[in-house]
Amino acid sequence: MTTSSVSKGCFVFKPSSKKKKTTSLKASDYFHDGKADSQNSESRFETCQSLWQRMKAETERVQEDLNTNILDSLLEFARKSTASFQSKTDDWASRMRASEIPTAALVLGVNVPDHAMTFQSLSALLQESVTPYVVCLQSKECSALKQVLQKVLVQLMGHSVCVEDDDDEEDQSGPRPTGIPSRKMLCSMATLCGWYTAVTQKSASPSPGKKRLSSSKGCGQRPPVVVIFKDLESFTPRVLQEFIVISSQYIQQLPLIFIFGIATSPITIHGMLPHSVSSLLCIQLFQSLSCTQHLATVIDKLVLTTTFPFKLSGKVLQVLISIFLYHDFSVRNFIKGLQLSLLDHFYSQPLSMLCCDKQEARSRAKELSHEDCENIRQLPSFMRYVEKQEPEIQVQLLTCDKRVKDVTQSLLKELHAYHKNYYPVLRCLHALTSSLPKYPLGKQIRELHGICLEKNVWETEEYESAFQLLRMLAKDELVAALRTCTEILKCAKKLGDAVEKLEEFIERFELLDRCSAVVEMGQEGEEELPPQKGLQKKTDLFQLQKSLLERESRRTKKLSKFELLRLAVLDCIDSIVKKHLLPPESQPLHEVFYYSSAGTLRRHLNAAPRTAIQTALNNPYCYLQSEALKSEGGAISNAAPDICIVYKLHLECGRLINLYDWLEAYATVVAAAEGKDPDSAAAAQLDDVKHARFIRAVSELEFLGFIKPTKQKTDHVARLTWGGC
Amino acid sequence: MSSQKQPKEGRVLEVRFVGDEEVLQHIVDKQEGVKGKNAVQILVSLKTPRKSEPEDSEDEDHEVCNEQDYVEALGTAAQASELARTPGKSVKFTTADSPPEEVTSPTRASKRQSTQYKTPSKGKKNQFVSTTPHRLRKRLSAPNLRSDSDSDFSPSNSEEELEAEEEASKLVPESKPASKAPAAGLYKTPVKKAKKVPEPSLVEEYFEAHSSSKVLTSDRTLQKLQTPQLDQDTLCRLLDGTSTAFSAELKQLNKEHERLFHKWMLQLQLGFNIVLFGLGSKRTLLEKFRTSMLLGSIHVVINGFFPSITIRSILNSITEEVLEHEGHFRNPLDQMDFIVKTLKEDPDLQLFLLIHNIDGQMLRGDKTQQILGQLAAIPNLHLIASIDHINAPLSWDQFKMSQFNWLWYETTTYQPYIEETSYENSLLVKQSGALALSSLTHVMRSLTPNARGIFRLLAEFQLENKDNPSYTGLSFQDFYQRCREAFLVNSDITLRTQLTEFRDHKLIRTKKGADGVEYLIIPIETGTLSDFLEKEDKE
Repeated sequence: MTTSSVSKGCFVFKPSSKKKKTTSLKASDYFHDGKADSQNSESRFETCQSLWQRMKAETERVQEDLNTNILDSLLEFARKSTASFQSKTDDWASRMRASEIPTAALVLGVNVPDHAMTFQSLSALLQESVTPYVVCLQSKECSALKQVLQKVLVQLMGHSVCVEDDDDEEDQSGPRPTGIPSRKMLCSMATLCGWYTAVTQKSASPSPGKKRLSSSKGCGQRPPVVVIFKDLESFTPRVLQEFIVISSQYIQQLPLIFIFGIATSPITIHGMLPHSVSSLLCIQLFQSLSCTQHLATVIDKLVLTTTFPFKLSGKVLQVLISIFLYHDFSVRNFIKGLQLSLLDHFYSQPLSMLCCDKQEARSRAKELSHEDCENIRQLPSFMRYVEKQEPEIQVQLLTCDKRVKDVTQSLLKELHAYHKNYYPVLRCLHALTSSLPKYPLGKQIRELHGICLEKNVWETEEYESAFQLLRMLAKDELVAALRTCTEILKCAKKLGDAVEKLEEFIERFELLDRCSAVVEMGQEGEEELPPQKGLQKKTDLFQLQKSLLERESRRTKKLSKFELLRLAVLDCIDSIVKKHLLPPESQPLHEVFYYSSAGTLRRHLNAAPRTAIQTALNNPYCYLQSEALKSEGGAISNAAPDICIVYKLHLECGRLINLYDWLEAYATVVAAAEGKDPDSAAAAQLDDVKHARFIRAVSELEFLGFIKPTKQKTDHVARLTWGGC
Repeated sequence: MSSQKQPKEGRVLEVRFVGDEEVLQHIVDKQEGVKGKNAVQILVSLKTPRKSEPEDSEDEDHEVCNEQDYVEALGTAAQASELARTPGKSVKFTTADSPPEEVTSPTRASKRQSTQYKTPSKGKKNQFVSTTPHRLRKRLSAPNLRSDSDSDFSPSNSEEELEAEEEASKLVPESKPASKAPAAGLYKTPVKKAKKVPEPSLVEEYFEAHSSSKVLTSDRTLQKLQTPQLDQDTLCRLLDGTSTAFSAELKQLNKEHERLFHKWMLQLQLGFNIVLFGLGSKRTLLEKFRTSMLLGSIHVVINGFFPSITIRSILNSITEEVLEHEGHFRNPLDQMDFIVKTLKEDPDLQLFLLIHNIDGQMLRGDKTQQILGQLAAIPNLHLIASIDHINAPLSWDQFKMSQFNWLWYETTTYQPYIEETSYENSLLVKQSGALALSSLTHVMRSLTPNARGIFRLLAEFQLENKDNPSYTGLSFQDFYQRCREAFLVNSDITLRTQLTEFRDHKLIRTKKGADGVEYLIIPIETGTLSDFLEKEDKE
């Protein structure tokens, strides 16, 4: 069956049921590179999947944790407004308020794709603890008021039917007050109102099951109806205005609460709604956590941790972060990038089967096949390691598989230990430097991590300047920072001696505090004396200057005890950093854990289709490695594909292109390519094949969007692109 | 030489055509003049640093120019036009084997045939008369302004004759290099040239092209060719014969792409969707992917480039053929909900969607893309698509992007877009009208004889006027008159009803004329129309 036709554009293929059974392949079957290497690839795939499941669960947990605050305050808001509906106090203020619709403006930030999850958990929470009546509206379903009402009614009434089916089984005999809204039913606020009173009265009527239910929900007999506008900015202002005005008419009978999801800023509400409408709302503002904080938490929990053996190299992390910062601010996309890199790592690196937890990795290392051992020997980091060994060990490593397996085990163990120390020390260094002026080592820990992944951090200028600043730190700050450092380092078992050292320093600082008062007194007394003496001598300006200078120089030379201590503690930290914050590239077998092909990741996540097309048109040699296409300096070989020649010619034109001239130019170029004498009559004459080739090339350019037909002049086309390559 | 002195009575054009020797002299004059003026101009011009360059290149130009070039340059100096940037002006097409002299620039070829459009390019002109580009431009387009602008140039000059000569002298060097630049570039020092003349920045180029509302290009049309338009069949026949160059390299390229098939399957099954981009038709590649990977599973192939594809037909083929659902849906959203629900209920059902050109003309709409995005977000529906239009990614906002969950793959194939451009929708192909003709006859058969007569009347009238370029259509009153005379209608209401029916079938179009009268035309090629009438006659 073919897939081209002049009468239809969709072709459905269903395999016969017999065939389907035999060839139903799972994802794991595609995991290998086309080579038959099934055992290894299967375990790799499983490792990859289980690791991803764990990471995914972790991200979800992080998201939930981050949302709790804002969700709690929203729930609180909903409860309070419910309470104000139900309190029937008769003073003027509450009556005024009663005519307004309580509205929560939820500012969520521009990372729209991330919002879906927030709304999902919000509506789930609301249904659980405040009201069963929650409606979610999306702008794309609500282009007219009628559709809004329809959507609200369907969601509410359809929902109530479900509730009844679950809860009122004993109430079967009674007539159902509601049903699924029929197609002909009038969708209006009045209908909704009638439904609501019917439902609430029914639940108020003595039915034991219901009572328990409603009391557990904690909002009495009149639960509010919550309407969530997921993307307020995309709603048509007119529709929104009308809906609000109509709703406010019914507020007495129908306790409504609105929640606006806002991506930009709360000002938009006033931009969309005129004062007459917005005055019907009682708006309270809720600000959700910023996406950068969200990202920081995700990185903290997924990247800067030993929980997951899979690691990102500096370049990869940079690509992911720059996509986040410069393109979308979307944490979801960041996680997608993480998923892709995980997948690609396990897919392309055969040794990634060792990328698992310590115990597992050891047992797997014991059972390495010969091929795997060969793969290990090929690793650059392993080769470097071998070179450092004694000659006889080198020979053994290169010939004996068993030896390789043993070494692999110990190296993996070392690598795990390295990670265990790396992260606490990284956090410790970040704690020390994150509050310095101008943030020489970055404000966020991910920046520091990026530097440490790339090179020896202590060799950088930034590190140098950070330590210079640290050497000027006041005692209070320094001690506080050291305290946090020891707290962080305490988590790592193997850094006990470092913790001890730091604690000792802290003690000495405190000691200093206590005796400093005494010492200072003595010092002052000491220092006070000589100048007095000098002054008592007859005044000599020159002498005075000299003595002052002397004092000055003596002071700089002689450091106070505190200063000495400060230097000592910073040296200590410096040595810890030098010991533990080595870049991973220095570790043998780091390729097993670190995914490093940043280019692949960028190409797949952040592609530039237009650039690719223009490169292909401008420089076909990039793709077709043929000598005939080689050319220098912007020129293009006349043997290039037709579309490249035609494209190149079109670049020379203005806004409009005369097709006849274009054709002629093309024919001349092609004639030259064929080796004909351009001046002879034969070349000037157009043959049909050339004409046809030209037509095809022009049609293709039109298809790609470089030109379009125009009616401004006969046989002309308009050029559409300017610039770019 | 061959240029003649223009009579001076015109007074509108002060440009005079002068002989070669004179011109040479004037060029020298001019250069000196430019230098002399530097002192003044430096105050107003920011482009002085460039000044040394033109002289060098001009000198070179002198050496290579031939007289023929001069005539052309002079003959057209007055027309400032954009078409000076005829294709090929500074493109270099390097040939490996032939000596450089034999390489012909397209410009030269066209130059030989006509002189009417050779004109200076503004881009180049800036280089050469950087002192007063604006003023000169003004002069070129509106020479009457001369009186006020000339004063700074030649304050003492009151004689018209002299002044005109100076004008010419100024124009000559401007126009000449422009028209000759490609020739020089090709003949002598292509590389040097490229280095010397800095390309005008892209921004400048853009604004230059859009600066004037009027665009001047040559008036030649494709009618000059023996076969002005080819129809689709001839085109295919001709192209079948051509051999593709670089087949080895193309094969290599394709092999590399095919190596990715396994990876694609893996990523599709893990919840990503794949989009292919890059130059060249990706149809064969995707087709190969389909036949090698997807035969064992349910899949739908959608030709996004198909001119009458709709989102409805896509959804219908999913609901009716894949999910085997009988019954109709009120709107695509309902249908969408149904698909989402059904696929959720049956997670074992893996459905692959293969869309050639998801950026196709008919799928570009926001609503359509929204629905496709929703489809793509279903976990057990896997989407692999291709895009070709350079602006295709613009149709996806952030939200849609996250729904599609794309992984991008560059697959440059250099394959011709045969299928994609085969629907007679491209601009150079003659609309053979085979499709239009058959639909026309079908509609006609269902009409009453009177209605057929009415249409025929209009068609005949249109054919009579086919050579009249200012034919705007038949006015309703005239038409009514004619129909009455032929006893086809008895009141204008009958005619109007009939016309409404025609309009519903897109057989006619009405246009309001300048006088407010309705004009009727049949929006069908004359060739197709006469074919149709012939066929009708036979019956």
